[in-house]
Amino acid sequence: MDLLDFARGPALWTSIAVCILGLAWRLSAILRRPARPDWSEPRSTATSAGALRMIVRRTWHHETFRERTFLSSLNAYAYHVGLALVFFGFLPHIEFVRRLTGLAWPAVPGWLFVLAVAATFVGLGWALIARLTNPVLKLLSGFDDYFSWGVTILPLITGMAVISLALDQPYPARPLAPVPVAIHLLSLELLLVWLPFGKLSHAFLVFLSRGYTGAAFARKGAEP
Amino acid sequence: MSDIDATHPVDLESKRFSIRKPEVRYDKQGERPDSDRLAAAMQAFVQDMGRAAATYLESCIHCGNCAEACHFYVQTGDPKYTPIWKLEPFKQAYKRTVGPFAWLYRALNLKHAVTVEQLQEWQHLLYDSCTVCGRCSMICPMGIDIASLVSQARHGMFAAGLVPHELWAVAERAEREGSPLGATPKVFADRVEWLADDFEVELPLDRPEAEVLVTFSSIEIMKYPASLVATARILQHAGYSWTLSTKGYEATNFGLLSGNAAWQRDMTMKLVDAAIACGAKVLVLPECGHAYTALRWMGANAYGKPLPFRVLHISEFLAENVQNGRLRLQKVPKSLAFHDPCQVSRRGGAVAAPRVVLAALGVELRETRDHGSLGWCCGGGGGVVTIHRADPLRYKAFEIKMSQLDATGAELTVTSCGNCRQTFDDGQAHFGWARTMGSLLELVAANLRD
Repeated sequence: MDLLDFARGPALWTSIAVCILGLAWRLSAILRRPARPDWSEPRSTATSAGALRMIVRRTWHHETFRERTFLSSLNAYAYHVGLALVFFGFLPHIEFVRRLTGLAWPAVPGWLFVLAVAATFVGLGWALIARLTNPVLKLLSGFDDYFSWGVTILPLITGMAVISLALDQPYPARPLAPVPVAIHLLSLELLLVWLPFGKLSHAFLVFLSRGYTGAAFARKGAEP
Repeated sequence: MSDIDATHPVDLESKRFSIRKPEVRYDKQGERPDSDRLAAAMQAFVQDMGRAAATYLESCIHCGNCAEACHFYVQTGDPKYTPIWKLEPFKQAYKRTVGPFAWLYRALNLKHAVTVEQLQEWQHLLYDSCTVCGRCSMICPMGIDIASLVSQARHGMFAAGLVPHELWAVAERAEREGSPLGATPKVFADRVEWLADDFEVELPLDRPEAEVLVTFSSIEIMKYPASLVATARILQHAGYSWTLSTKGYEATNFGLLSGNAAWQRDMTMKLVDAAIACGAKVLVLPECGHAYTALRWMGANAYGKPLPFRVLHISEFLAENVQNGRLRLQKVPKSLAFHDPCQVSRRGGAVAAPRVVLAALGVELRETRDHGSLGWCCGGGGGVVTIHRADPLRYKAFEIKMSQLDATGAELTVTSCGNCRQTFDDGQAHFGWARTMGSLLELVAANLRD
């Protein structure tokens, strides 16, 4: 078994299993915590609608906060949207998923992919600089913050390395070199293994957290 | 020692650092070993770590946005006032004890154990510099209700005997005497008699049966007695069968503010029992923010089942009676700015009620730039106004409020919280501010139409 076979085989399935089981463990551990009944007379019983409203409402800041948070929010959007476009919209990635699951969807145009890569690199770079220089972020940050940043940018770097090696080849291009592809895949697998244990889980926890507060606020008739 | 660089000599005489780390200031209740304090705090912390708290503590992404909503951070720029940072020991305790990977955190010491020294340092952050106003909960992109976590963390601080002493003392007095400011049942009854005589209003006390039980805050009883008179005139005008009760009149709940859940329950149950005893259909809470949280949203949970009566903040009671026509008001041809008490508006969901009343009064309402659910706290909530060492910080927070109210150019400023009013009075005296914060209740009472 060569490195690419390992990355495409045991490493991939192990990382997916760790990701799913880890997330399931983390979410179930939260949901297993006791919840006391709330006997107060609700102002509204539409708590599910309140949860959904909060999930949507907190996608952007209230007007009054925008002045102080505009740039950081814009940056967060840049690398979140960028990452999503790169991960789900790049044709080789879609092919990869199709081989595994049979599912496929249209790829994003090349110019949008390049733009998304650029936005993600700039956004993540800016996020790191902010974390290292902003006194509030410096104070709050720990291993999880920096490691999560590292495992997020690593697949981008290794992916760009694969592309750049392909660009260097004389036309017509030969198949991609196996080792860089294997390293790219392994970097993604590292992200999957880390996801349930660190802050990257916010991709899932965001719905739970916003939902809880949304339901509680709706019960009181408070603004989300 | 010779200097090797004559062009840029090294100054070895002056102090190296111009900013010295200020000494940590904290209070302690009682004498007991630190290990006992720590154990008590941890036990209380863990008790509070239910499903909602676990969700929140797992979800923080360390974005720091909450700092931008906090008056203490915005006014000082000091990162330690970042709301989520105020919960660091609570979070640390969670990760090491009940979190999904607690065993891993403990085995590899990935999160250090909480220490008494840390709790002592955090006393300033959990009490002096947090009014539990919940503005940070409005900015969090993860929707974390940080204010609710601060209230829970205070339980551990109280259990450890690490509460700012002035706040602890008023809470203890409230538990022992029935009021934080000395408004004992006898004092209350005497003041009610005095007010009834002097102002010629009926203030029924301990009626065996009544439709409405009215409660007050000790700030009103001792400092703003005109509020009692105003309440009596309004209830008389609206034609209610109502009463006051010497068994349950004090609506403030310093058990909640200081972090003693048992005292909070005791204080709540006095009101609940008094309302049940007279068969009240409605219990009216006074102009007090945290009293609303304590009884309206937490009272039934202390009782263990739904309350057999409605709980209304006085602003809601006024709004209801304006809308059902029992309160008829004359117009007030003035401009007015309203200060939203955080616990009633943002945290309590009763933003509309005072505005209904103000509309009925016909005032020209001039909202502050940030108002309603997003208004700034006066700086004195959450028990902060009782902590004297927090005064300089509180005044900084108050400056936001002053400037926003001044910017409205309104002739009148009113609120519906005695604690806010007290904070405004103090701020007015400190800054020599031209405005005086008035009471919505008193404004209504002064403008009843026959």
